[in-house]
Amino acid sequence: MNPRQKYIAFRTIFDKEIRRSFRTWKQTFLPSIITTVMYFLIFGTFIGSQIKAVGGVSYMAFIVPGLMMMAVLMNSFQSMLTKFFFLKFQKTVQEILITPMPAWLVVTSYLASSMFNGVIIGFLIFISSFFFETIHIVHPIYAVLVILLTSMFFALLGLINATYAKTFDDMGIVSTFFLMPLTYLGGIFYSVKMLPGIWQTISHFNPILYMINALRYGILGFSDISFIYCIAVILGAIAIAFAWILYLFKTGRGLKA
Amino acid sequence: MKNALEIKSLKKIYEGGKQALKEVSLNVAEGDFFALLGPNGAGKTTLISITCGLVNKTEGKIIVQGHDIDIDGDIAKVHIGLVPQEYNADIFETVENVLYTQAGYYGISRSEAKEQIDMLLTKLSLEDKRKVQTIALSGGMKRRLMIARALVHKPTLLFLDEPTAGVDVELRHEMWKYLAELNKSGVTIILTTHYLEEAENLCRNIAIISNGEIKREGTMEEVRGGKRLEDIYMEIIKEAGGSQEPVLSKI
Repeated sequence: MNPRQKYIAFRTIFDKEIRRSFRTWKQTFLPSIITTVMYFLIFGTFIGSQIKAVGGVSYMAFIVPGLMMMAVLMNSFQSMLTKFFFLKFQKTVQEILITPMPAWLVVTSYLASSMFNGVIIGFLIFISSFFFETIHIVHPIYAVLVILLTSMFFALLGLINATYAKTFDDMGIVSTFFLMPLTYLGGIFYSVKMLPGIWQTISHFNPILYMINALRYGILGFSDISFIYCIAVILGAIAIAFAWILYLFKTGRGLKA
Repeated sequence: MKNALEIKSLKKIYEGGKQALKEVSLNVAEGDFFALLGPNGAGKTTLISITCGLVNKTEGKIIVQGHDIDIDGDIAKVHIGLVPQEYNADIFETVENVLYTQAGYYGISRSEAKEQIDMLLTKLSLEDKRKVQTIALSGGMKRRLMIARALVHKPTLLFLDEPTAGVDVELRHEMWKYLAELNKSGVTIILTTHYLEEAENLCRNIAIISNGEIKREGTMEEVRGGKRLEDIYMEIIKEAGGSQEPVLSKI
């Protein structure tokens, strides 16, 4: 395939997935918005009004980046997992495997569509936070960069999970037993500095902590961990996940019989 | 004559040890209409799936239109079209979108694909279903859509894996007519089917596979040897121990 053909193939997958996301907006976008607004209301407004400022900002403002991140990562992961598992389940993946598209092109096309969804979700949640508190983004470019990179990583993770999954039960294992606990323990509702010594140390092994802190730096201008260090961790995680999924596509493991 | 497909000592052992193909070698000439027959589980679909890149082979070599799939796999794939045994297109897409999407996967833009798609929809009597979601199509229409999808990028080697299974007699005859026309235009066709009269009517050359091995191969006349194809087929399958009688008796 020449570069023009690759671009057409990329746009074909990207456009198809975006079309699907908007066609199923009640499943794609709405649940994340409703859930996050509930968090804003309960933790930000009802409980948050009883909590003193954290890092110089109100508790409501403090939890906005974390909740945005939670929605972006869960949505990127779940949407990629679901769409790819069903491609396998319905054998529609054969439509793609039979074509001359290289593995990296298939992966990047799906990733781009998931990242697009991630940005839309992040944007909608940020807009909805204005109903509760006015937040001025300190580093908007950093904030967008973190959302893009995070949605890329979790979409890759969703793709890996979908590739290995053989049953519907396999689809829920990673999100239930790993993602949800790590997300809640990643400092959405608290600063890691509030934790006692040992818990602070343990928290640093949680990759989601770096993602939440990177976004907090982008939006509020402060974080528990250096922004550069956070970005380095996210990029490292992306590199590992990308190499992993390319290996799976090239060898056909989990995709071919 | 040049070969459209060359298979050399192809072996496939699935995880768990089941040997689906045992050193299968096969040549199909360019422009041929070739029947690959055999009972369920004989290895037909495995052979096709390996050639199309859907299943990994264990050993052996496959050359499609002069391109080794291990070396020039991308070029080889441009030549291949596959009509799978089971319907596997997106059920929520329209007929038209399934075809445009498939063209896009091959790097063909909508404007470039339009003429071919219009022609296929007309030839396969799907024109009035263009905007219909594929979930609403009948079984026969889905089969025709699978054929249209396989031809959207103008392949030179077409695999038809039981394309007329479950299709009514009238439609089957229409499909035969179209396939014969397609073959006449230069497309090499490899057909697997359980309807032996379909193979007799359409194909010039034939291979009968059982238990992962080619048991008989040649022109239709050579293989038949003056008998009915069904008699020869049953003889070969029984000799190979591939009869389905034990299964039937269990049922």
